[in-house]
Amino acid sequence: MQSLKKTGRRYHGMSNQQTYRQYFSLLLNLPAVMGAFFLLNFTSPAETAMKTGILKITLRNTVNGVSLVLNDSLYTNVFGESYSVSKFKYYISNPGVKNSMLQQKEKSGYHLVDATIPVSQNFSFAVKAGEYNNLFFLLGVDSAHNCSGAQTGALDPMNDMFWTWNSGYVMTKLEGRSTASSSINQRMEYHIGGYKGKDNVLQQVSLAAAVPIVISAGKTTEVIIETDISKWWQAGNPVSIKETPICTTPGQLAKKISINCSRMFMIRSVRNN
Amino acid sequence: MRPGLTILILLFITGSFFMIGAGQHDESGPFNPTWLELKIPSGWPKPAANIFAKNRLSEQGFQLGRKLFYDGRLSKDGNFPCASCHQQFAAFANYEHDFSHGFNNSFTKRNAPSLFNLAWMTELHWDGSINHIEVQPLAPLTAPNEMAENIDSVLRKLRKDTAYPKLFKAAFGTTEINSQRMLKALAQFTGSIISSNSKYDKVKKGEAVFTPNEENGYSIFKNNCAGCHKEPLFTDNSFRNNGLPLNIYTNDIGRMKITGEKSDSLKFKVPSLRNVALTFPYMHDGRFYSLGQVVDHYVTGIQTDQPNLDTLLKKRFPLNNREKNNLVYFLYTLTDTTLVKDPRLSQPK
Repeated sequence: MQSLKKTGRRYHGMSNQQTYRQYFSLLLNLPAVMGAFFLLNFTSPAETAMKTGILKITLRNTVNGVSLVLNDSLYTNVFGESYSVSKFKYYISNPGVKNSMLQQKEKSGYHLVDATIPVSQNFSFAVKAGEYNNLFFLLGVDSAHNCSGAQTGALDPMNDMFWTWNSGYVMTKLEGRSTASSSINQRMEYHIGGYKGKDNVLQQVSLAAAVPIVISAGKTTEVIIETDISKWWQAGNPVSIKETPICTTPGQLAKKISINCSRMFMIRSVRNN
Repeated sequence: MRPGLTILILLFITGSFFMIGAGQHDESGPFNPTWLELKIPSGWPKPAANIFAKNRLSEQGFQLGRKLFYDGRLSKDGNFPCASCHQQFAAFANYEHDFSHGFNNSFTKRNAPSLFNLAWMTELHWDGSINHIEVQPLAPLTAPNEMAENIDSVLRKLRKDTAYPKLFKAAFGTTEINSQRMLKALAQFTGSIISSNSKYDKVKKGEAVFTPNEENGYSIFKNNCAGCHKEPLFTDNSFRNNGLPLNIYTNDIGRMKITGEKSDSLKFKVPSLRNVALTFPYMHDGRFYSLGQVVDHYVTGIQTDQPNLDTLLKKRFPLNNREKNNLVYFLYTLTDTTLVKDPRLSQPK
């Protein structure tokens, strides 16, 4: 019903002439509209809706178990180094869910999660109804989309996640300040990128669901994923701010951090709405 | 909800979509671009990069790219269009400049390369850092010592302009101006620049003959230079260390900056020799001002103790003065006067 209301509002904003033209075009398009009518009659909409539900993925950025607060909060990592965060962005590509029989993936799904933009922290897509026990995604942008020219949407180079000096996407970005940093203005700056050969930082993340993710026809199921920044410094690879406050090129350090990054995620809860 | 009511609502929504579509159609007119094909000169290999696969070449896209290429508004202070470092009369290189001028009295860090036959290149720039023609403009556009702008600001300037929305519509179907469209249009222009009409090409087609000096220079070229400067493009697009000492002012390590491999230290892209008489000064840092100096480098100047020196340069090139001169005479035959005067590629009126 909501879309109906929206359509109604749209009409009020239009001039008479436009409205006239549109009625005229409706007449021209009448065969198509009639076609749609018959089509809808033969495949019942209820039947179509039976098959799919909506999976909504929400990402909650946290540090040491509390919600991330940009700039104003001080955090301490495993090395006792104190830091604040001013920027935290990452790409989630081609997310999906699976069970032993079936895999459901979002088509051309590219999402840039940005700690400063709340609406970027969730996205939804249609999934076949069923019970799934695994949620997966690529952390970063697949290599093909790193070398296919100018992209748009989440992959627009305007999003400040594309290296102009060495073509390719920054997959995850963490910036802030730390008293442990010897860099200018006690800066810490990590731009983790690289998609080729040994410098490839792309990480496939696969999260087992303790509670099954049940997708019901015509309904929305929300999976809340917690992203824990504290893993950045230690999740298999120790990364101290004192030793490496800056990483803005592809290479070994970026690779090490990307492995830590892939372990930042866990499913916090599943809500069947 | 009753099925009948559902259908009625769906019908209403479907109808309104048609109407919204029609509204846009009326506002902006039909989309009838004149599609173009990239003309491959006869006898040339297929382009290495299918640059127009997802960016279908059209007259409207090309013309939009051409306007953007010459538009100073793509730079922060309006003074540095793409064409400021890529001048048509210099085969789209920067005439007589080792380094080019950029925003706020700065200099670039490398010599501006010529722009033509880009469809045959998969990696652009001296170090091959750019992996696709469409994303190349992002580098000079955002570099603080070049155009010093940001995309958002450029797009705002273009949207305010009276001509651009119409030109974007003609090229892409709607008046929307976004980074992808701007970059694709620029690629349609730069990717269409082909240089294939030099005296050398005419000789190959039997329409002209070399002078005896040029003929002799051509044999010297084939025996000594063609290994890297492969015909007919006069480059094999590889990265090589040609024995130049490190420039201690720029400390430019070349390809190694991109790959992180020591074995790529001081390797730079082999440039095409087409139009080489127009593209001086030479090398990645413009250290040589004449072709004579370049030839002398290969004959006597190569730093042979460099660990990554290209294997093809380990042998000596014992050319006498007459041979050196003849080689340069041959290189002059690679100048394409059609390219530098082509009105289709010049600044739009």
